[in-house]
Amino acid sequence: MTDIALNPAAPASARPARRDIGLKRRYAAERRFKLYGIAAIAIGLFFLVALMYSVFSNGYTAFWQTEVNLAINLDPKIIDPDNKRATDPNVLLTANYPILARNALAEKLGVPATNKPAMRELGKLFSEGVRGQLRDLVVANPSLIGTTQSVWVLTGADIDSAFKGQIDLTVDQTRRKVSDQQVEWMNKLKGEGAMSQRFNTGLFTYGASSRPETSGLGVALIGSLYMMLIVLCLALPIGVAASIYLEEYAKKSRLTDIIEVNINNLAAVPSIVFGLLGLAVFINFFHMPRSASLVGGMVLTLMTLPTIIIATRAALRAVPPSIRAAALGVGASKTQMVFHHVLPLAAPGILTGTIIGLAHALGETAPLLLIGMVAFVANSPVTPLDPSTALPVQIYMWANEAERAFVERTSGAIIVLLIFLAVMNITAIILRRRFERRW
Amino acid sequence: MNKLLTTAAVLAIAVGASTVAASARDQVQVSGSSTVLPYAKIVAETFGETYPNFKTPVVESGGSGAGIKEFCKGVGEDTVDVANSSRPIKESELKSCADAGVKDVQEIRIGYDGIVFATDIKGPDWALAPKDIYTALAAQIVVDGKLVANPNTKWNQVNPALPDWDIAAYIPGEKHGTREVFEEKLMTGGCKATGAADAIKKLGLDEKAAAAACVKIRKDGKAIDIDGDYPETLARIDANKTGVGVFGLAFYENNADKLKVATVEGVVPSTETISSGKYPVSRPLFFYVKKAHLGVIPGLKEYVDFFLNDQMIGPDSPLVEYGLVAAPDAERKAQRDAFAAGTTMK
Repeated sequence: MTDIALNPAAPASARPARRDIGLKRRYAAERRFKLYGIAAIAIGLFFLVALMYSVFSNGYTAFWQTEVNLAINLDPKIIDPDNKRATDPNVLLTANYPILARNALAEKLGVPATNKPAMRELGKLFSEGVRGQLRDLVVANPSLIGTTQSVWVLTGADIDSAFKGQIDLTVDQTRRKVSDQQVEWMNKLKGEGAMSQRFNTGLFTYGASSRPETSGLGVALIGSLYMMLIVLCLALPIGVAASIYLEEYAKKSRLTDIIEVNINNLAAVPSIVFGLLGLAVFINFFHMPRSASLVGGMVLTLMTLPTIIIATRAALRAVPPSIRAAALGVGASKTQMVFHHVLPLAAPGILTGTIIGLAHALGETAPLLLIGMVAFVANSPVTPLDPSTALPVQIYMWANEAERAFVERTSGAIIVLLIFLAVMNITAIILRRRFERRW
Repeated sequence: MNKLLTTAAVLAIAVGASTVAASARDQVQVSGSSTVLPYAKIVAETFGETYPNFKTPVVESGGSGAGIKEFCKGVGEDTVDVANSSRPIKESELKSCADAGVKDVQEIRIGYDGIVFATDIKGPDWALAPKDIYTALAAQIVVDGKLVANPNTKWNQVNPALPDWDIAAYIPGEKHGTREVFEEKLMTGGCKATGAADAIKKLGLDEKAAAAACVKIRKDGKAIDIDGDYPETLARIDANKTGVGVFGLAFYENNADKLKVATVEGVVPSTETISSGKYPVSRPLFFYVKKAHLGVIPGLKEYVDFFLNDQMIGPDSPLVEYGLVAAPDAERKAQRDAFAAGTTMK
């Protein structure tokens, strides 16, 4: 676009006849160019809106999960039939908790315990995850045994999908995962207010699971957090040190030219190559553990370094030479000049580059595939040496699942990742706005 | 800024140094086939819930070939303990295993997986036979006794009983283990049934080249290789209602409200028809265990025992519910006995 302000409305009659300088044609060209620009932006916006629409319309339901309220009688005869819990701590861990939930549900729906097929159908109404839920409840407070507790229990994934209208209930019941009987129970519970959708905190706390209703992003969030910290701790100091040396100290020679070309090349290398490098160096040579976020972080560091070096060098170059000359002129050493004057002025640019590099690293899956981080990990990692996954990996794994309930979870996880990326990029913009100096 | 940088650098070095003291691994590490992954996940999860003293095994996904390659890297804590596979391990892979020091490998067969053809649920019923699939999808077929490039464009040209649909088949890509079963059970069978095998032999090719020519798929866009997983195939069928897709039985059963399954040689695919051997397109699923790691990695032996337990792979188990076809009782017992006896592959 041009900044030259022309005034085409000036009265023509006041002027003498002028030779044709193609004014009309030039204005037409300008209008055309503006239209092209608007069209380009419109196409971009259209695809952005389409992407957002498909992700959000599929994914918002993942943040709510269908649960059923049960008055569960923590019957000591079922939890601890031999009355050995005082001496054997394993009794409380291995007790048959799902039976308790099933009995509570059967009582609520008036299904006799002798009707075996109905009881089996009933057992599929709630999630197998109830075992862990009730176990944690009882282990934390054994005095609850013998009392009746009102507990919200997750429903099975198929019931959840049916409740949310994601399963076509018009087809014959043999062709779908929920039976007519289950739908009837579901509607009855819904009418009584005992079954409803509640906020899905499990999505952020559970690890991977083969059951959709008890699978969550917990492990992936911790893994991604560890990796971001490692990338920050490794890539920032190494990248800044390298750029300061190349920009302020190194004499321009053939060697620095080669290094420069290589850095630019590395920034464009496909990320899977860094995964191969990580496998060969960190795992096969240094014998670091597989699937660990430490190795993942180091691989992503290698990938992010060129981005950070390029951004830092650009930021350093943008500091005017007069600042350097003034600092040297009042007697500062070169190191003092760099660290007291140039680096603080370049900091906003460096931080922006770093955050964009981190955001890039946060969205990577390919390099993690080869170091074993594309995996089913159920236990939350405690240290960076424990196996873990990452956010984009979890999205990829869920996208390949067969169960219907994973469709919404995939989109839900994409929303979480997009929010993280948006927050990081907005931070970068705010930092730049606030601290950027113009000369 | 100066201090900040120094602290960051010190931290970085500390993180780097801590890696040297890598702690001993306390959970089982599994790699391999994405077909076996859902089953292995169920077992791993239940294992973690049942044994409070062991951690839940980590199950990687990357394909049979990649998994076996990782498995064959060597013996030690930084290598995987188990490789899942949707095909038997190859001679060459066993050799590279042995070269890297993995000499004792135990093979375990967990059950069977069926491969089904399915169309959009609103479509008509389909009854296929290997020769229909060969005639529709092969690169070269026999017409009037001569071998010609496949001229068929509609399914009813292949077999008048099939609907008047343009041929559009979404079949597993070449990196899939499923592709081998597809070629072996359907293309090779159809090649013989239509007489194309004899015609190819007459061209003077040797045995190997003739077999390869039999399984050659047409490349004119009528047969589409899907390199992703089954959800991608499902999305293609959603977009093209007259497409035919290849799925695993478990995937089909999870999406039976969207898909209609085709019979092959008149047999409806189900866990019963596959375990009885009536349904022709099925394959065994395996995993391989490093014997040297048994007793070294905590929980490995228990994990394998747990996997082989009838609770997991028996007729009424969660794996069967997901779609695995249980092996006959005698075969399951044989697998358990072989593992207990420590039988290794030669």
